[in-house]
Amino acid sequence: MIYLDLLIGFLEVGFFSFGGAYAAIPLIRDVVLAHGWMDEEMVAYMIAISESTPGPIMVNMATYVGSSKGGILGALIATTAVVLPAFLIILLIMVLLKRFLENKYVKAALGGLKPCIIGIILSTGILMIIKNSNISLSVKPDILSLVLTAALAVVYFGTRKVLKKGISPILLICISAFVGVITYGL
Amino acid sequence: MPILIDLFLTFAKIGMFTFGGGYAMISLIENDCVEKKKWITHDEMMDMTVIAESTPGPVAINCATYVGYKKGKLLGAIIATVGMVLPSFIILFLISKYFDKFLEISWVANAFRGIKIAVGILIVDAAVKMLQKMKKKPMPIIIVACSFFAMMLIDIYSINISSMILLLVSAFIGIIVFVMKSHAKKREKRNDLS
Repeated sequence: MIYLDLLIGFLEVGFFSFGGAYAAIPLIRDVVLAHGWMDEEMVAYMIAISESTPGPIMVNMATYVGSSKGGILGALIATTAVVLPAFLIILLIMVLLKRFLENKYVKAALGGLKPCIIGIILSTGILMIIKNSNISLSVKPDILSLVLTAALAVVYFGTRKVLKKGISPILLICISAFVGVITYGL
Repeated sequence: MPILIDLFLTFAKIGMFTFGGGYAMISLIENDCVEKKKWITHDEMMDMTVIAESTPGPVAINCATYVGYKKGKLLGAIIATVGMVLPSFIILFLISKYFDKFLEISWVANAFRGIKIAVGILIVDAAVKMLQKMKKKPMPIIIVACSFFAMMLIDIYSINISSMILLLVSAFIGIIVFVMKSHAKKREKRNDLS
């Protein structure tokens, strides 16, 4: 039955996707292809849509697959299934394992994990900027995107310096969407 | 405003403006939950990021559940998580039903190219803020540098290694350094006594 398959398939994805969306994409691909819910081309399109719409990418993928295979009920089941493991695990950590975070070995492990995650986040951001502007040794960079990146960075960090209270991340996203429509559209 | 409604609206707003995965969301959470509403401290946000990253599931959901539970127990956790999911759910449901060629609409594609630039900036901003607040000791500095360069190399040479490996190794290093330090302290104490 499609609803049961969606439930089990996305529970599996929600439970085994360590490290967020980029770990989940191959998992979801496998589940969707194994069940024959979509062909390769549709999967690629589904991933592209999920990456370019707001919200957690995994939730987007679950809703899209669920809805196209089982309507609103399918969407509800797939989305709940992909969210449930994360929800329950955090709840467990917060409720039962409060003292877990005060354990000295856990603290020591966190001492190593935190800088590691900072490094991962920093590299993710820089790689994203590099890819947006197509910077590489062999191809000419996308000058327009480079200029936009510099301009938006100046606006974002500049207002914070000058006005003390900078523009909010949400405002930056709105401005960038608007600027994208104008500059890339022309 | 009652806290539950506030939780719902705040996370719905964050869900509505989270593009490109969980990391860009850190800047949004920092802006709303740490600076404006003071629901959690920066340190708690760092703990939350580590927990979210080391547990399965969408990072955004982990964070919503975490903040929701802190401010409103079980009901708060449920409401914050539902708030986070709802915008995605509605948007994707409508797209899958009614917009077959959503990505072929040119202004949508152009807007998204613009948004990707903002997302890159927001992610770097989140990382820089964390770096500024990190303790400047040798171990964390070395780990930051190693994980940064490892991730860059993994991406540039498209090596098939999950970031989970990096996390496991760093947790292990953290424990080893701690054990070595406490041994060194014990030895010092013994030397002092004798």
